[in-house]
Amino acid sequence: MTLTQSTFAAVETTVMTYAEAIREALALAMAADPAVFLMGEDVGTYGGAFGVTGDLMHTVGTDRVRDTTISELGIVGLGVGAAMTGMRPIVEIQFSDFTAQAMDQIANQAAKIHFMLGGAVNVPMVIRAPGGSGTGAAAQHSQSLEAWFVHVPGLKVVMPATADDAKGLLLAAIDDPNPVMFLEHKLLYKTTGNVSVGSARIPLGVAAVRREGTDLTIIATGVEVSRSMEAAEELAKIGISAMVVDPRTLKPLDTDTILRTVKATGRVLLVQEAVRTLGFMSEISAIIAESDAFTHLRAPIKRLAGLDVPIPYAPKLERAAVPQVEDIVRAATDLVREW
Amino acid sequence: MKQIAVDPELSVSVLRTMWKIRRFEEAVEDLYGRGLMHGTMHLSIGQEAVPTAACLALNIDDYITSTHRGHGHCIAKGADMERMMAELLAKETGYCRGRGGSMHIADTATGNLGANGIVAGGIPIAAGAALSAKMRGTKQVAVSFHGDGAMGEGAWHEGVVLAAMWQLPVVFLCENNMYGMSMPADKAFNLEKLSDRAKGYGIPGVTVDGNDIQAVYEATQEAVDRARAGGGPTFIEAKTYRWRGHSKSDKNLYRTREEIEEWRLRDPIPKFEDVVLAAGTLTEDDLEAIRNNVRTELRTAVQRANAAPDATADDLLSAVYAR
Repeated sequence: MTLTQSTFAAVETTVMTYAEAIREALALAMAADPAVFLMGEDVGTYGGAFGVTGDLMHTVGTDRVRDTTISELGIVGLGVGAAMTGMRPIVEIQFSDFTAQAMDQIANQAAKIHFMLGGAVNVPMVIRAPGGSGTGAAAQHSQSLEAWFVHVPGLKVVMPATADDAKGLLLAAIDDPNPVMFLEHKLLYKTTGNVSVGSARIPLGVAAVRREGTDLTIIATGVEVSRSMEAAEELAKIGISAMVVDPRTLKPLDTDTILRTVKATGRVLLVQEAVRTLGFMSEISAIIAESDAFTHLRAPIKRLAGLDVPIPYAPKLERAAVPQVEDIVRAATDLVREW
Repeated sequence: MKQIAVDPELSVSVLRTMWKIRRFEEAVEDLYGRGLMHGTMHLSIGQEAVPTAACLALNIDDYITSTHRGHGHCIAKGADMERMMAELLAKETGYCRGRGGSMHIADTATGNLGANGIVAGGIPIAAGAALSAKMRGTKQVAVSFHGDGAMGEGAWHEGVVLAAMWQLPVVFLCENNMYGMSMPADKAFNLEKLSDRAKGYGIPGVTVDGNDIQAVYEATQEAVDRARAGGGPTFIEAKTYRWRGHSKSDKNLYRTREEIEEWRLRDPIPKFEDVVLAAGTLTEDDLEAIRNNVRTELRTAVQRANAAPDATADDLLSAVYAR
């Protein structure tokens, strides 16, 4: 298995960027189903703040690629209403930080409607939102907020780390009858990978083992997946064999793969960009500690996470606030050498 | 435009609906008072004319969104009182299988997308249903019932802005019952009429007497016709009054007994009864028959709901996500 191909990938692949892969998924979904449409700030004429939607408005039309006012709460709310009445909206929130503006419609409406209404209505919508630091955009444009959404029953949460996953998981998210938070990463948009040709879905709730290894298991999400892969290369040079696991979807979570791969090596390093306290890796840590994998551990569970600070502006400070490749190498080395 | 009070069939329908809402909520109040119903509820007694008249202008497949004070909207759009009562009594046969209660009753069969526990939560949702209708090329219209309090929320603003930009087939119908919980609407909003705000959003706005069936109906019908014809959204302010407290904790510290009494004299139900009697459309016997029939229907609904099995916790976890 190559690093960028998923287990479910079709045989034929083509090289494209993560942003192009998302655009292709959007185009395929809209071509296949007239109920699918996209709306968001500057997704049409402008082509998206990060160029993700590109020329989609020109190829699909202004009816199904809709430029909105700067109204995150309204955009998500219109999405909820449309999803309840036969459409399959994809809503783009320009920066995931702005989901704070839309939180009532995400957490109190979209997430709860199916359950609260006794199952009478579904809310099949996807909320795409780029997160993460590394662009010098500072505290209000750089957060990693996945834990917020995982904490609300009714939402599914997806964090694609490769171009192929971005496409396959987005297609699966659009098919899903539930509201799905699709958390993209700004630094990944321009990265390239082999992407499956066609409309193959990557099912939600299936983790990817990115690299096999025997000394420790690194479980990482989002941009930390590629950093962990790079770290694993470094670790190999000093004789440490690291397995790298990418959950890909936080909810539903592929607990089986996590526990199996932790048991296999007996050491686990959990890496996230989001702030440490009550981050998603805290949950994975608890899941491991509560399971029979605990008895396979040769070392304490180790978390590597963002500092508990707002993301700072200055490049040096910003870099210091979230785990980098060298941090992963150091933490993994310590874990293996000390235990 | 229909003249409701001279049409026997419509008059009976209007009176039946208003009495159903009144009796349903009185029963709820009674059950709660006797400790037979738990939770909380928000009663719309005194406001029955607004949903009743507004829904006359709607088709069965038109959409509504409702509020925490939503029993009237549900009943007026056609919901079944037994399933509503079962929901409030925490029964498996309730609209939400006991998972939503008073504030979350929806009835998709009648286009009711749900009451909402969040003030103004339904505003963008109604606009979204209207967007969906427009994109699917149906002629459906959405009506978003909301209170005066909702007009202080950002969701109101954003929903109306988007609906106005895309000229969506939606009617924003504000039941101004004079108070957002304890905050008087005339203190909260520096406006003579709440409908003055519509101009700022580039949509038509009108204020009507919310206790006047014909006035509410005509305003809604005009707005619905415009929406259906592609003329975009309308804002309607229907001025009415909530007789009961905001919810069960209300001690009415923000208003006088005299004010409440004064509004009780403007009760929309006898007001409309007087109109149909004066028009010779229905007789006193007809009116009595309507009242008795509704009373019997409601009693049956309560009995049946009460006899239904309690909501079960067995499949809670599997009910969170649709499959």
